[in-house]
Amino acid sequence: MYPRAFHYHRAGSLKEAVTMLSQLGEEGKLLAGGQSLIPLMKLRFANPKHLVDLNFVPGISYIKEDKGSLRFGALTRHAEVEYSATAAKIPIIHDCAAGIADVQVRNRGTIGGSIAEADPSGDWATVLSTLDTTIRCLGRKGERTIPLSKFITDAYTTALGPEEIVSEIIVKNPPKGSGGAYLAFKRSAPVYPTASAAVQLRMEGDVCEDAAIALGCVGLTAIKASQAESALRGQKISETTMNAAAEAARAAADPQPDMRGSAEYKRMLVGALVKRAIELAIRRARGEQVEVSHLYA
Amino acid sequence: MQKNVTIDINGQPHRQAVEPRLLLVHFLREVAGLTGTHIGCETSLCGACTVLLDGRAVKSCTVLAVQADGRSVTTVEGLAQGDKLHALQEGFWEEHGLQCGFCTPGMLMCSHDLLANHPTPTSADIREAINGNVCRCTGYQNIVNAVKNASRKMAKRVSARAGAR
Repeated sequence: MYPRAFHYHRAGSLKEAVTMLSQLGEEGKLLAGGQSLIPLMKLRFANPKHLVDLNFVPGISYIKEDKGSLRFGALTRHAEVEYSATAAKIPIIHDCAAGIADVQVRNRGTIGGSIAEADPSGDWATVLSTLDTTIRCLGRKGERTIPLSKFITDAYTTALGPEEIVSEIIVKNPPKGSGGAYLAFKRSAPVYPTASAAVQLRMEGDVCEDAAIALGCVGLTAIKASQAESALRGQKISETTMNAAAEAARAAADPQPDMRGSAEYKRMLVGALVKRAIELAIRRARGEQVEVSHLYA
Repeated sequence: MQKNVTIDINGQPHRQAVEPRLLLVHFLREVAGLTGTHIGCETSLCGACTVLLDGRAVKSCTVLAVQADGRSVTTVEGLAQGDKLHALQEGFWEEHGLQCGFCTPGMLMCSHDLLANHPTPTSADIREAINGNVCRCTGYQNIVNAVKNASRKMAKRVSARAGAR
């Protein structure tokens, strides 16, 4: 299977990539890790006339600690995040990176590419929605930063202008007493999850001081389950409060039936995942080291 | 519009003008004539086309040849040294890690990535590492045994070399 013929441009810097995009107009697309774009091009679902390759741009793959934040260069591969001790300081980020597809995809796919593609089934958007995340973008008029909640506007749609590029993803370190977990339910490793849940909590003893809950693959974008968050916030965590949060998550989900399951099945699934993720997040907030791995059907 | 690329494959540079849409797997098989890398699903779901790009396992059906320009690729042909099989190949042979053999090149290269980073993996580590590779014959058990066999051999060789010093 060959993609349709295209012109290939290799950018030497992000600035040059922006210039190339503005010259090429609508026909120009960016190539990062290529783990979604190349299969789409082979299936001829995407037929860009021009590709601007970012893989040869130096210095845009890194994980840095900076003033209470983690900064990820746009071209940082999932595997680099998976093996980074710095990134593991926010355990939910490690859960995400280590669970994306398979080793081969993680070695190529990038965090910036995943966020900019805004696939409703992408793992990063769901996980990063539970943290204080900002997307740094570079365009012809210079730089700007956009909160993740305003960055992804719809399925496969972002606030990026036609000549703009994601340059960095900035995640604030969660406050003391925080813990989070990300769980995805998958038919097999290389496929997208059937449903997923990300939970980030701040605990004080048994009381949940703050909660962020996001649902993946059950809507056009990652869904922030605000009712589920309210069910936990300020509450002593018990079976009853967890069930209330799971119930609210089921109500917030807006799944489409497909070959992975009916809408009702996905709704049930996402509730169960939220409950399990809350349990794991609490243990981590207490300082327990907990390994999290995705669930396979 | 063709583009000149130079790809180091198993230590040999291959220079060729290629169409940008040429996939790395086609470069390996059709330009370099190395047909050990197999094409399975072509939709990045089966792992049969796995090779090492700068030492890391990638699906060569999901990488453009132009993206491998100036970089090094290791294919299954690069594992053996002359007549001497790689420990992984010996492991697959001794533990019956294959039947039809179609997935084997991908399994070997993926296991290579695992052992390079994780010389003594558990069964669970091995299953995790090859979960992007589909085998329709073995039921995976013998592949897991084969990788363990190789890991034991490689550890023994490392300690023998250390002892000889």
